[in-house]
Amino acid sequence: MSLSLYIDYVILPILAISLLLVFIRLFKGPTIVDRVIALDLLITIGVSIIAAYSISTQQSTFMDVAMILALIAFLSTIAFSFYLEKKDQDD
Amino acid sequence: MTDLIIAILSTIGVIAILIAAIGILRMPDFYLRLSVTVKAATLGSGLLLFSLAIFFPQVSVTTKAVAIGFFLLLTAPVAAHMIGRTAYLIGTTLWKGTVRDDLKGMYDKDSHRLSSSNKDVQAKQAAAGEGPDQAG
Repeated sequence: MSLSLYIDYVILPILAISLLLVFIRLFKGPTIVDRVIALDLLITIGVSIIAAYSISTQQSTFMDVAMILALIAFLSTIAFSFYLEKKDQDD
Repeated sequence: MTDLIIAILSTIGVIAILIAAIGILRMPDFYLRLSVTVKAATLGSGLLLFSLAIFFPQVSVTTKAVAIGFFLLLTAPVAAHMIGRTAYLIGTTLWKGTVRDDLKGMYDKDSHRLSSSNKDVQAKQAAAGEGPDQAG
């Protein structure tokens, strides 16, 4: 069993199942902070999917996208927490 | 040999990510969800990016993969601390099985400053009955 087949039939489906589970929390999430960390986890899993896909297809082009996604995940979480705290302080 | 190492590393990483996804769905409380999510997902992504760094022989790709992993490792705790602090300040309810809340009454309601042993802040907040309730 080659590595590419293993990634395609084992690693990527498990990552897809994880994405589905996190999406359920993103829709259900009772509070907005739950949704924020669900979004953060979604982007982190996206970075992992890009890593697995790059191993499977032996192309390293997507790595730049993974770097930008990691940056966006950090900045969006920081911005959400900053403005949620501001909004609470103004009330 | 390299393929075997990559397969083992990526399997451990993907199991960690699956545990994080199950944890964020099943945990009863925002703070427990946060504590499960950040550590397991960072470990999983780091292991997958490390296996990616092993897989490609070019130095440029390896450097990029290690840089992304280092960035994730550096920023995930900061983001988790910020969102956890904000969640506590905007009054997200704790799980009803929580036995201890060390932060209760330690934050000044107006300035959002944390004080370790500020007696008058505690007295003011105890009088007003502030702080997140433990009913959830």
